[in-house]
Amino acid sequence: MAYSTEDLVIMDSIIKRYPRSRSSIMPLLHFVQSRIGYVDGEGIELIAKLLTLETAEVSAVASFYTQYKRKSVGEYHVGVCTNTLCAVMGGDAIFAGLKAHLGVENDGVTADGKVSLEHIECNAACDYAPVVMANWEFYDNQTVQSAKDLVDSMRQGNPQPPTRGPNSLVTWKEASAVLAGINDGKAHEGIQAGEPSLLGLKISKEGK
Amino acid sequence: MTQLVPVLSAHWDEKDSFTIEAYTRHGGYKASQKALTMDPDAVIQLVKDSGLRGRGGAGFPTGMKWGFIPQGDNKDHYLVVNADESEPGTCKDTPLLMANPHVLIEGCIIACHAIRAKHAFIYIRGEVTHVVRRMNQAIEDAYKAGHLGNGVELVLHVGAGAYICGEETALLDSLEGFRGQPRLRPPFPAIAGLYARPTVVNNVESIASVPAIIANGAEWYQSMGTEKSKGTTLYSLSGHVNNPGQFEAPLGITLREILELSGGIRTGHTLKFWTPGGSSTPIFTQDHLDTPLDYEGVSAAGSMLGTKALQIFDETTCVVRAVLRWTEFYKHESCGKCTPCREGTWWLVQILRDLEAGKGTEADLAKLLDLCDNILGRSFCALGDGATSPITSSIQYFRDEYIAHITHGGCPFDPVASTLFVGAGA
Repeated sequence: MAYSTEDLVIMDSIIKRYPRSRSSIMPLLHFVQSRIGYVDGEGIELIAKLLTLETAEVSAVASFYTQYKRKSVGEYHVGVCTNTLCAVMGGDAIFAGLKAHLGVENDGVTADGKVSLEHIECNAACDYAPVVMANWEFYDNQTVQSAKDLVDSMRQGNPQPPTRGPNSLVTWKEASAVLAGINDGKAHEGIQAGEPSLLGLKISKEGK
Repeated sequence: MTQLVPVLSAHWDEKDSFTIEAYTRHGGYKASQKALTMDPDAVIQLVKDSGLRGRGGAGFPTGMKWGFIPQGDNKDHYLVVNADESEPGTCKDTPLLMANPHVLIEGCIIACHAIRAKHAFIYIRGEVTHVVRRMNQAIEDAYKAGHLGNGVELVLHVGAGAYICGEETALLDSLEGFRGQPRLRPPFPAIAGLYARPTVVNNVESIASVPAIIANGAEWYQSMGTEKSKGTTLYSLSGHVNNPGQFEAPLGITLREILELSGGIRTGHTLKFWTPGGSSTPIFTQDHLDTPLDYEGVSAAGSMLGTKALQIFDETTCVVRAVLRWTEFYKHESCGKCTPCREGTWWLVQILRDLEAGKGTEADLAKLLDLCDNILGRSFCALGDGATSPITSSIQYFRDEYIAHITHGGCPFDPVASTLFVGAGA
């Protein structure tokens, strides 16, 4: 059993957030990823048992959403936006560069288990293109070289901090816990907004 | 010249803008106090009078949507905020929640009072860890301060990577713990939404606009914008421009004005095509620089205001490549429920890949348009409709460029020229 009594208490509190228990499937799946790193059979069975559902019902949900992984990803999961705007502005080159640099394909993990790579869709940061995400934290305005440096820092065990995020990059499992709704006390870290977010405000204050 | 008017974004430049202290310092939670003393119907009327329309894409009048919730029905009512921002090009709600999550919470409190709901949910996309942190911390702080928990419970629900969940009925299915697949309407969410109960689903920016409307009045909001598109909104400028970013302006500003204010197209280049409201809205060209960016103006010019996501592409960009990539996105994100969208987007990708690689024929262009005709309006939701927009509009404006791929036997563009780091040895 991979889950402690404390884990079960947390899972129970997640279920109690909702008027109807089934609504808690998604945060519970994020929680399973925070403990195991991906969604495994035991996690599916546990959620099914807690919610009095068939395992097939839980699997059906888990397999629909791309953030739920069926196998281990790296300690740092890197997503390169290759939707049109980021792709055109350099995302395609960054993704190709990282594949070659890490020696992995899309959805691949480095042999040391440190970094996995995935091409992702638009991540709502187009004014910071080209964008790279790591454990779903923002790394803005990337180049091929800066992205290579970023993954190198991860493999050396000292990842660069996100551009708009906490003071240091948390691991995949730790990020999954945040997505399950568990407060890691880092909400106050990092900037409130990057320069592009503030550009209109700045121009307005200059009286234009 | 239209002036920028920061309302939602007014205090984003303060270092601690996301804290409850900063929000309260600027009069935060006074609007909800005021609203709670008002009759709920009066709140709905005020929002109706303000002219606020949905900022998530459809532009439906917010107050009218609230007014559809049946009253005295002895049923639970729900408010659901759509924070699943994922339409390509759209990047306004994410910085808003990063810099000021409390304005959304206060908007939720007011909206719940108006529609007589005790429970609200914010459905946020899962790929934004730090925004989830900020939002959850803000909710925790609002509970501690007594703004939440005294009549309104608010839960942040984190998605897991599915564009389709930005569609309101797919979002509701997802929130109920199912695969995110759209429902047939009617019944609309106002009658049978979350848990088959009357539900209002609003975009982040719509709900976040409400506190200022309550605080300053409907007349103040009405005084900005155009005849049928009132108030201010966030325009998101991205792509081949010197200075991308967020620009809050009265509805009706033009792209030419935004470019003049922000510093224009990438130096040494010219505007080729752009989206007014994300990739699901038909593309525009240089000819549309003076189109008023309000609901009516954009619609009259053949597109949609959508999410006001202005993605700018200069002359180095291959339109076929751009459209292929968007189409691959729609194929990937199609939930698979409706055949025209599931099968149609798959075929669109096959044909566009051939065309981009120079292996297509002119007959393929006709086939693309025929497929689009068979997808548009034939599925439960608008995802398939959105997939046809870039294709039909790009063939309308850039047919010659498609033909050039055929005659050239491949793409005539150098992809390096369109990157930001061209010439940087990257």
